[in-house]
Amino acid sequence: MATASSAPQPEPAKNATPRFESWGRYPTLDATVLPMHWQGDFPGMIDGVHGGALAVGMGRSYGDVCLLKDGTLLKTTSMNRLLGFDANTGLLTAEAGITLAAILDFAVPRGFFLPVAPGTKYVTLGGAIANDIHGKNHHNAGTFGCHVMRFELVRSDGTRRLCTPTENPDYFGATIGGLGLTGVIRWAQIRLRPIVSRMIDYQGTQFHGIDEFLALNEQSQNVEYTVSWIDANSAGRNFARGIFMQGHHSNVPAPLTKSRPPKLVFPFDAPGFALNSATVGLFNTVFFHKQMKKSVTALQDYEPYFFPLDKVLHWNRMYGKRGLLQFQYAIPWEHAREATEAVLRAVSKSGLASFLAVLKAFGDVPSPGLMSFPRPGLTLALDFPIKPEKSFALFKRLADMTREFGGRLYPAKDAAMTPSQFRAFYPQWERFARYKDPVLTSAFWERVTGEEAAS
Amino acid sequence: MSDFSASDFSAVDPSTQEPLLQLRASEIAATAPRVPKRILVLGATSGIAEACCRLWAERGDSLFLVARDPEKLSAVAADMHTRGATYVGSAIANLDDTAGHPELLAHAINSLAGLDIAFLALGVLGDQSQAERNFAHAAEILHTNFAAPASLLTWLGNYCAQRHSGTLAALSSVAGDRGRKSNYVYGSSKAGLTAFLGGLRNRIDRDGVRVMTIKPGPVRTAMTEGMKGSEKFADGNEVAAAIVKAIDDGTDVLYVPGKWRVIMAVIRAIPERIFKKLNL
Repeated sequence: MATASSAPQPEPAKNATPRFESWGRYPTLDATVLPMHWQGDFPGMIDGVHGGALAVGMGRSYGDVCLLKDGTLLKTTSMNRLLGFDANTGLLTAEAGITLAAILDFAVPRGFFLPVAPGTKYVTLGGAIANDIHGKNHHNAGTFGCHVMRFELVRSDGTRRLCTPTENPDYFGATIGGLGLTGVIRWAQIRLRPIVSRMIDYQGTQFHGIDEFLALNEQSQNVEYTVSWIDANSAGRNFARGIFMQGHHSNVPAPLTKSRPPKLVFPFDAPGFALNSATVGLFNTVFFHKQMKKSVTALQDYEPYFFPLDKVLHWNRMYGKRGLLQFQYAIPWEHAREATEAVLRAVSKSGLASFLAVLKAFGDVPSPGLMSFPRPGLTLALDFPIKPEKSFALFKRLADMTREFGGRLYPAKDAAMTPSQFRAFYPQWERFARYKDPVLTSAFWERVTGEEAAS
Repeated sequence: MSDFSASDFSAVDPSTQEPLLQLRASEIAATAPRVPKRILVLGATSGIAEACCRLWAERGDSLFLVARDPEKLSAVAADMHTRGATYVGSAIANLDDTAGHPELLAHAINSLAGLDIAFLALGVLGDQSQAERNFAHAAEILHTNFAAPASLLTWLGNYCAQRHSGTLAALSSVAGDRGRKSNYVYGSSKAGLTAFLGGLRNRIDRDGVRVMTIKPGPVRTAMTEGMKGSEKFADGNEVAAAIVKAIDDGTDVLYVPGKWRVIMAVIRAIPERIFKKLNL
C-alpha cells in the first residue's frame, strides 16, 4: 500500500489555495490540492507525485475520509458537466464533481428531484456515491447507491471500467460506499424521481421518549420521508424528547422554480466557549417549544425541509477553530431501543453539548455497496464541539457501546474510531481492500487499517 | 394569397374610436417566443467560454463550439445539449492554423444557419519568464492571442459587415492596458487585440455590426490555477453573467468585474518615469 508517510517527504509545494478542510475541521492535515477539470486529467495529473492521492469534492464529510496527510487531493468540483438527461425515464448522467445543488437546479424546473437527498445539497455526485449517503427516505428508498445505474471508474494505472450491477459488478459494489479508494469516478448515471411541486407536505409531532418515537415511526412506515430531531441534553422528565418530522412531495401541481442562492454566511470562527451546555440546552428547549402544539402540519418548500442548515454557508464556524466531532451509529433493531436510550443517557450525563441530534429508522432496502453504512435498525447522529480531555473520551465510550450493541459507525462522520472498532464494524474490509487502488488512500483508511494507537 | 392587413388585428371600439387593446413593444416581446440566438464559440473549452455557454444553453440558444481537444469538447457539447441548447454543433480545430479559418468559419455558420454572435475566447497565458529568454515561446503567445483572433475577426468582420448584422465579442484582458514586467508578453498580445478590436469597431459599427472588447481582470479558471492569490480572483460564473448581459446590451468595451475600469484608469495615469520603477 502506498502510504504518504513511508518515506521522508520533501516539503509539500507551497500552494496558493488554502488548506483543504473537512466539515468538522478536525483533524487538520496538510496536503497538496490539485483541481481536476476534465475526465481525462486522472491519472496523468499525478504523474511524478510522491505519496498517495485521493479524489475529493466539497469537503462535507466531517472527519478524515476526505483528507490525506502530505498526499495529493484531487478536487473534482470543476469537473461538473451534465452529460445527458432523459425526461421520460429521469435518467441523468453527469460528471462526478457536480454538486447535488447543481443537479437540483437543473432537475427541479424540469419536474424531477433527487432519489435520495442528504442533509446538505453541497456534496458532489462522486462523494454521494463514495460515501453511499442516505436520506430521510432510507426506510423505503434505500441509500443513494440504490439509484446509481452506472458509472465509469479510472484506476491510477489508467485502466477504465464501466461499472453497472451486471458489468464489473464487483467494482460497482466496492465503489459504492468505497470512500474513493477504488479509483476515481469520472461520471455517473442516476435515476431521478418525478415531482409536480417544490412543496413538501410536512407534519411535525412532539414525542417524549424512545417508545413514543418508535410508535410514531411504526405509524409512518408508508410516509416517504421521516426523521426526528431529538434533544440529547435533557434528562429526567424531558429525556429523549423530540420532534418527529414526516413529509412527502406535495401532489398539487405548483410552479417548479429554481432555488435562489443562499445569502447568509457565518462570518467568523465562534470562540470556544460559545457552545456550552447552557447555550445548547437553551437552543434545544427553544427548538422543542418552537412548535407550540403537539402536532403541526404545513406545506413547506423543499429547501428548508431537506437542507435547513444550507441557508447559512460555513455554519461549522459556529464550533470555532477546534471544530466538531460527529458521531453516527446504526444499530440493528434487536438492540436499537436499549442502545439508543443508553447512548442518550451517556451523552446527557457527560454534559457535552450536542444539538442537531438526529434519530431515524433505517429500512431494509439493501444497498449494492460492499462497505455501505446503513443497515436495518436505528441511526442516531450527534455532534460535539471538540473539547480537549472530554470529547474523545466520550466518543470512545459511545463507540464501544455501539460495538457491544452490534452496531457500526459511519466513516463519513468519523474522526476517531480505532482500527479494532473499524474491523468489528466492517468485517468485510479485507474483501474490500482487494479492490482498493494502490495509489489512492485517505487519512481515514491509513488510520483504521494501521496499527492500533497505544493509548 | 392573403387579404389580411395589419388593421384587421387592431381592435377599435367604434363608439369612442379608442383602441381597446394596445400592447407595448416590451409586452409583445415578453409574450412572443424567444428566437434562439445563433452563437459561434471559438475556444469553447476555456473556463470563461464554458461558463458563458451554460447561460446561453439554459436560455435555449443555438451553439457551435470550436476547440482543440476532442474529449474536452465532447464533454462541453454534451453539457450544453443537456442544459437546453436548441442546437449544439462542434468542430475540432487548432485555431493557430489561420489557413484553415475560412473553411472552419463557413462550416460553422452553415451549421448554425446564420450567425448572431461570435465569441472569441482563444488564448494562452504562457510563461513570462520563458518568453523573456526564448522568443519562440513569445511568438507562440503572440500568435495564439493576437494573430489567430485577428485572422478570425477579419473573416467574421467582413461576413457580418456584408449582412449588416451580428455581434463579434472577443476576450482581451486588462493586462493589455499597460505593459508590466510580470506579464508583458501576454499583455502586449492582448494590447494588440484590444487595438485591433477598436479599429474594427470603428470600421464596421456603422454597418450595423457590434464589435465588443471584453477585458476581464483575473478570473478563477483553469488558466489562472495555482497562481498566487487565485482564491481572491473573480468568480467565473459571475464574470460570464456580466459578459452575456453586455453582449445582449451591445456594450463596446466591458471591464469585468467593473472595478477594473477604475483600477486600470489609475494604472494608466501613473507617469512612466515612476511606473518603470514599480514592481507590478
